[in-house]
Amino acid sequence: MQPTISVTNLSKTYASGFRALNHINLDIRQGEIFALLGPNGAGKTTLIGIICGIVNPSAGTIRVDGHDIVAHYRAARSLIGLVPQELTTDAFESVWNTVSFSRGLFGKPANPAHIENVLKDLSLWNRKDSKVMTLSGGMKRRLLIAKALSHEPRILFLDEPTAGVDVELRRDMWRLVRSLKASGVTIILTTHYIDEAEEMADRIGVINKGEIILVEEKTELMRKLGRKQLTLHLEQPLARVPAALSAYNLELAGNGGELIYTYDERGDRTGITALLQALPAAGIRFKDLHTTQSSLEDIFVTLVREKK
Amino acid sequence: MTMNVYAIRAIYKFEMSRTRRTLMQSVISPVIATSLYFVVFGAAIGSRIAEVEGISYGAFIVPGLIMLSLLTQSVSNASFGIYFPRFTGTIYELLSAPVSYMEIVVSYVGAAATKSVVLGLIILATAAFIVPLRIEHPVWMMLFLVLTSVTFSLLGFIIGIWADGFEKLQLIPLLVITPLTFLGGSFYSIDMLPPFWQTVSLFNPVVYLVSGFRWSFHGVADVSVGVSLAMTGVFLAVSLAVVAWIFKTGYRLKA
Repeated sequence: MQPTISVTNLSKTYASGFRALNHINLDIRQGEIFALLGPNGAGKTTLIGIICGIVNPSAGTIRVDGHDIVAHYRAARSLIGLVPQELTTDAFESVWNTVSFSRGLFGKPANPAHIENVLKDLSLWNRKDSKVMTLSGGMKRRLLIAKALSHEPRILFLDEPTAGVDVELRRDMWRLVRSLKASGVTIILTTHYIDEAEEMADRIGVINKGEIILVEEKTELMRKLGRKQLTLHLEQPLARVPAALSAYNLELAGNGGELIYTYDERGDRTGITALLQALPAAGIRFKDLHTTQSSLEDIFVTLVREKK
Repeated sequence: MTMNVYAIRAIYKFEMSRTRRTLMQSVISPVIATSLYFVVFGAAIGSRIAEVEGISYGAFIVPGLIMLSLLTQSVSNASFGIYFPRFTGTIYELLSAPVSYMEIVVSYVGAAATKSVVLGLIILATAAFIVPLRIEHPVWMMLFLVLTSVTFSLLGFIIGIWADGFEKLQLIPLLVITPLTFLGGSFYSIDMLPPFWQTVSLFNPVVYLVSGFRWSFHGVADVSVGVSLAMTGVFLAVSLAVVAWIFKTGYRLKA
């Protein structure tokens, strides 16, 4: 299937000489939620800015639904809705007017019923006549989403959509994103909340220092890179790991009170049974045990650290 | 989609609604200021000044005063219209929309020029209450009014993109346009100047605008109406060329 967005050899060097993007190649699939992760200054917003037409590329090509974003910018841009990172709004306009303005700007005839639905979905309907300046920060964030959805885009960019919003609103937004995906909208989100990507994304891309360092299905990424650890809480603390257990690469933690075994759950043999049998032979007794799996955050931090 | 008419309409409507919100600043203030000029120069001082080229002084200055408001308001409306979205960051929406540069210019400049034309007509109506007035060539008067409004709205648009602070928005209107208008024959005929200063005045572009506009009212001009029209066309062409360059390079709009 043709990708919804296809980025080929994209580079961006700003006038200051700063190279924000370096030979980016990326395909976004139709109907997926793609989470773009990366530390501050990695190039996430620049990449989104170029795809949406706000920033000029230095080199490379981008196609949106097969349309080149430069040669056929009208066709490409009319498919895209953008929710920017900053809360940039027309302070003096009413909610209704500013959302209707966005629809017109994107070349769509007035459709009050659609605007009403969008405002209701985002719990802004009862504030439709309020001036934007009177809205709270969370409402302004929702308003930006309403503006982006006003022209019924098939692709939605959410640049840090839940930055600075409370937990309840965050969950509302997640619900909205899921319902948009269900209606066939392709969603690309950048976030600093790794749990958000873990919760929402189908695929994850990690960008660092202007380079895409990984693109992977979320579940596959978790499976590939997710380590599992067995932690044994010992009855008697140890000064060091007994030589008889050296084959298991155990680590001591908790002042010698915890023994940690790292294993790969995908293997045919995890080694857990053998370890548990070897412990009594080495004179070690434990009172409790538990297992943990690496979160996406651990994976992300590891990846970014490796590239530094 | 050959032309995004909905976008042009949306921007135009948005800008006109800004005028309604700022009615006092956009329309009433210039009308009051111009009326004061009429009262002081036309009725008070003007009554002691002999006729200029056979026209009472009060009536003589009407075209110049309208032009003064037209130039400053066109520049300030258009510059603010495009600068404010840049300042607040809402320009992202304009840049990411399926809108051509020409459509952006047509809508912003069209709205600013509309305001200026309406303002010019309101000032004209106000003047008619204060001084006896006749318009010999009403069609030419409207042509000069519209062409000047469009040209200086384009200049304002350029300033709004060039400016990187609110003080720069005021810089050109205050330091360039107002002096050029005062020295461009708004209050006098350049024939009244010594020959040397008459020659210097011909380098002032506003002379041609005021002269052509005055001709449409009173049938007298400092320079021929054809030259006035040609010069207005030249300013328009230069402004359009600069705007085209801005959008081609993304100057101050896109990183």
